Amino acid sequence: MSEQDGYNLRLYIAGQTPKSIAAIANLNRLCEKHLAGRYNIEVIDLMKDPALAQRDQIVAIPTLIRQLPEPLKRIIGDLSNAEKVLVGLDIRPT
Amino acid sequence: MNVQLVTRPLDDPPTIGKSATGIEGLDEITYGGLPAGRPTLLCGSAGCGKTLFSMTFLYNGATQYNEPGLFVAFEEKPEDLVKNVGSLRYDLQRLIAEGKLAVDHVHVDRNQLEESGDYDLDGLFIRLGFAIDSIGAKRVVIDTIETLFGGLTNEAILRSELRRLFEWLKAKGVTAIITGERGDGALTRYGLEEYVADCVILLDNRVQEQLSTRRLRIVKYRGSPHGTNEYPFIIDAEGITVMPITSSGLAHDASTERISSGIADLDEMLEGKGYFKGSSVLISGMAGSGKSTTAAHFADSVCASGQRCIYFAMEESPQQIVRNMRSIGLDLQSWVDNGLLKFVARRPNLYGLETHLASMHREVAEFDPAAVVVDPMSALMAAGLAGDVHAMVLRLVDYLKAKGVTGLFTNLGGIQAETANTEMQISSLMDAWLLLYNKESNGEHNRQLYLLKSRGMAHSNQVREFLMTRNGIRLREAYIGPDGVLTGSARLAQEAKEEAAHLQRLQEVARKRRVLERKRQEIGAQIELLRAQLASEEEELAAFNDESQSREDRARQDRVAMQASRKSERVATLKQSSGKA
Repeated sequence: MSEQDGYNLRLYIAGQTPKSIAAIANLNRLCEKHLAGRYNIEVIDLMKDPALAQRDQIVAIPTLIRQLPEPLKRIIGDLSNAEKVLVGLDIRPT
Repeated sequence: MNVQLVTRPLDDPPTIGKSATGIEGLDEITYGGLPAGRPTLLCGSAGCGKTLFSMTFLYNGATQYNEPGLFVAFEEKPEDLVKNVGSLRYDLQRLIAEGKLAVDHVHVDRNQLEESGDYDLDGLFIRLGFAIDSIGAKRVVIDTIETLFGGLTNEAILRSELRRLFEWLKAKGVTAIITGERGDGALTRYGLEEYVADCVILLDNRVQEQLSTRRLRIVKYRGSPHGTNEYPFIIDAEGITVMPITSSGLAHDASTERISSGIADLDEMLEGKGYFKGSSVLISGMAGSGKSTTAAHFADSVCASGQRCIYFAMEESPQQIVRNMRSIGLDLQSWVDNGLLKFVARRPNLYGLETHLASMHREVAEFDPAAVVVDPMSALMAAGLAGDVHAMVLRLVDYLKAKGVTGLFTNLGGIQAETANTEMQISSLMDAWLLLYNKESNGEHNRQLYLLKSRGMAHSNQVREFLMTRNGIRLREAYIGPDGVLTGSARLAQEAKEEAAHLQRLQEVARKRRVLERKRQEIGAQIELLRAQLASEEEELAAFNDESQSREDRARQDRVAMQASRKSERVATLKQSSGKA
């Protein structure tokens, strides 16, 4: 994974709720399919680290933030709509 | 907070706890504050003061009630917020540094956001929960949560999450204010009132006759009585003040104490004692009839007795009043300097009538004066609709009476029907009414004063001439001539005439006295003469008497001598015989 075109993704969840679990699964599947080898996912559980919610402007759960590449992108929801996730992450389906 | 509430007896104790807002007036009309541990909806259109209102709630909580607060801003950034409320002298930075206040800016930008599938607002809950717990917040403001409807598209999720949020806030036990924008035909644009059902307060900023007035109304307050009217409120550097003036009723004490009018001659007309303390006095008259001067005398006298007085000047600047009153010998500046007299000068059209009275209300509450002068009250007509003036003045009068403050109002009015009408409306509220007028006669205008009414005392019914002298106001006994009261030169002429008559009388008496004296002297001389005659006659008589006496004596001696010579032998015989025996 190169620095230039690599995807740095953060997924914010709040405990192991069905929505959180679904979001993690959906994200993993999408990335493997479209960004194989070019992504890095960090899952942040706000239940464990609540201060981050304010720092990172989190309102809805789950929230996916594309840290890299710039600009910052946000997608909320359990990521069940793959098409919207791809649009949100600016990924052209391969 | 001295406003008395008489609208409802407190038989049934409030069943819900109250959280005092510290906003003057609001705590009175809500009987203690907002429902503690519950959310309150504060709604109103843009620019009606929702943010400042709710920030004041937090600020007072942190500074007065030791209840830390959390401000969740959806619209303004924390730095903007701190700046904006800086206009109210709220030092938020210090409170934040002391851990008494937290500000969280929740920013949702639709342009950067994509929605994919199901979500909830747990992130917001966690943020709030964390912020509340980190400073131990007891008060929370959410301003304005409806912004979320603009940021997120799934309204169904939002609605259920908001419902959950308010339940969650309740469970947290925090007293919350949720602000909402006024919508068309509804209290809020997205119907928040459906969720926040405990207490709904509506703010309003109406413009009438180009003057805006802020008003507040408690739409509902579950489980608590509350004032139901629209109450004007003001926002200025001192914070927010709500006017629960209509809640004051006619239950004020009637004092029998007196307060001097500042004019000795006028006091004389008022049973020699002056106005009743805590009463309301109206001085009406035409321009230049001496209303302000009479008012200034009163203010001067109040201060001279060591009590405080507020002078609300509507048309003149304080400097101007001080200068003008110096010409009749009143030094108002010295009272200003030693803090007994406070001038509050405001142009009537500066803001609406209610705001005027609201600010007066607060000046009185802060300065705690014994007396208040409003000069002229008729200027307030320019600040509101004619119909409102009566109601507003009624509130002010009631408030002053409830506080036992003597109020003196001047009113520019005259013979014109319009102003007379105003007087009719206001005068019935007044305890004493002084009428000042200029009367033209003999080619000159002269001031006259008439005490039209003075409740509760046997006041003079005379029309007096009103003179402004270098030493203040003097009221002259009026001369009543065949053509009515004589004033000015007519009075002077009458006085001169009487003076001349008086002089003439004096001269006549002196002349008669002189005649009498002369007579007394003449008669005295005659008496002397007669007495002298008598004396000489007495002397003559005495001399005559002596002469005749001596003549008789001599005659008797002669007779004796003669007898002696005739009977001398016999006598000698008798002498011998007696010598033998």
